[in-house]
Amino acid sequence: MSASQAARGATASGRPRDGNLISCTNLTKRFGSTAALDGASLDLAAGEVVAVMGPSGSGKSTLLHCAAGILVPDTGEVVFDAEQIGHMSDRRRSELRRTEFGFVFQFGRLVPELSCAENVSLPLRLSGVGRAEAARRADEWLQRLEVHEVGRSLPGEISGGQGQRVAVARALVTRPRVVFADEPTGALDSLNGERVMQLLTAAARDTAAAVVLVTHEPRVAAYADREVVVRDGKTRAS
Amino acid sequence: MSVSKTFLALLESGASHGYDLKHEYDARFGTDRPVAYGQVYATLARLLKSGLVTVDAVEPGEGPDRKRYAITEAGVADVERWLASPEAPEPYLQNVLYTKVALALLSGRPAIDVLDTQRAEHLRVMRELTSRKATGDLVDQLICDHALFHLEADLRWLELTAARLDQLAAQVTR
Ligand SMILES: Nc1ncnc2c1ncn2[C@@H]1O[C@H](COP(=O)(O)OP(=O)(O)OP(=O)(O)O)[C@@H](O)[C@H]1O
Ligand SMILES: [Mg+2]
Repeated sequence: MSASQAARGATASGRPRDGNLISCTNLTKRFGSTAALDGASLDLAAGEVVAVMGPSGSGKSTLLHCAAGILVPDTGEVVFDAEQIGHMSDRRRSELRRTEFGFVFQFGRLVPELSCAENVSLPLRLSGVGRAEAARRADEWLQRLEVHEVGRSLPGEISGGQGQRVAVARALVTRPRVVFADEPTGALDSLNGERVMQLLTAAARDTAAAVVLVTHEPRVAAYADREVVVRDGKTRAS
Repeated sequence: MSVSKTFLALLESGASHGYDLKHEYDARFGTDRPVAYGQVYATLARLLKSGLVTVDAVEPGEGPDRKRYAITEAGVADVERWLASPEAPEPYLQNVLYTKVALALLSGRPAIDVLDTQRAEHLRVMRELTSRKATGDLVDQLICDHALFHLEADLRWLELTAARLDQLAAQVTR
């Protein structure tokens, strides 16, 4: 740790503990004999975009899954908005994922049988929003992500870049407080990847959503406000 | 490339004559640009004047190589500061970075910190360029992209080196 870091009293995740929307502290997670996380911490302030970087297999996705309540860490705690995720019921956790969180993955993961517009309105429908209203909001988001024209197409009929934009629209349509994005540009060329990042970060900023962005591409990480590096299941912040 | 910082850091592992210092420098870091004798003695004279090295032994006779130089406490602090501060990001930095990493390994300092400090500085500059791109016209965008791709290449090298640090340590300290 450098003298200036020590002077600032930075934590292992790079910022002070208070005022965070999500606080992951000292997480460990094993899969059999593999220690996927071995003392990883991650703090996220409201509206902040944080890049999680590091080599393949270092534990980035595992950290993201723990922060999002998809995985439960073996030790350590995950606090969302002053509530311990580890103490929640499964039901409360999945409600949290549906209402407060949005997800974008490397390969869109859209429902192949539904049109793109239906994919985007699905999270709203699951939260009890009426059909017409959900369709209207889905439309708005498709427009915003510049893929309005693919609304009626099936996911199998559009390009990877278009698919990722639809996935971003789906993640943001419920106005989540946190968007978790795992290699959202991993399958795209650089121009498309950059455009998706521009649209994702702009939309997140407009709606004051925080973003946890897992990426191994420095140019993608440069869209974040700061970065956290995971190595061998441990986080290092700058 | 800072010859004087590198000399200082090499002196940390033991006092040395100018001649031996030059050869160690050339063998480790000089690849295509060995340091000239004139520069060796001028550099040592400057280090001596600023109190970063002392002469710990003088042999009788003539010629500039009678003196054996040793690093001072101020010299060690200077090396420490140099290794801990990132280089200004610009293309083709790898040589200075490699030198810093190798010297950190040689002196038993955490070389991963050198890499991490540099990564943070590179990303800081990349963030600036990225936000400039967002407000600029196409020309700005292309100029920023050019710099961004070069900085990204540096970062890839940093990550690759970080992943092979144990191997490198074994080789450098052999
Ligand atoms: N469900 C699982 N079962 C068994 N092992 C797992 C599981 N998930 C992750 N691992 C292991 O945990 C380690 C960390 O995996 P993780 O997916 O978090 O890495 P990552 O940093 O996201 O890598 P990549 O950049 O390749 O996506 C790896 O060794 C991986 O094989
Ligand atoms: Mg992963």
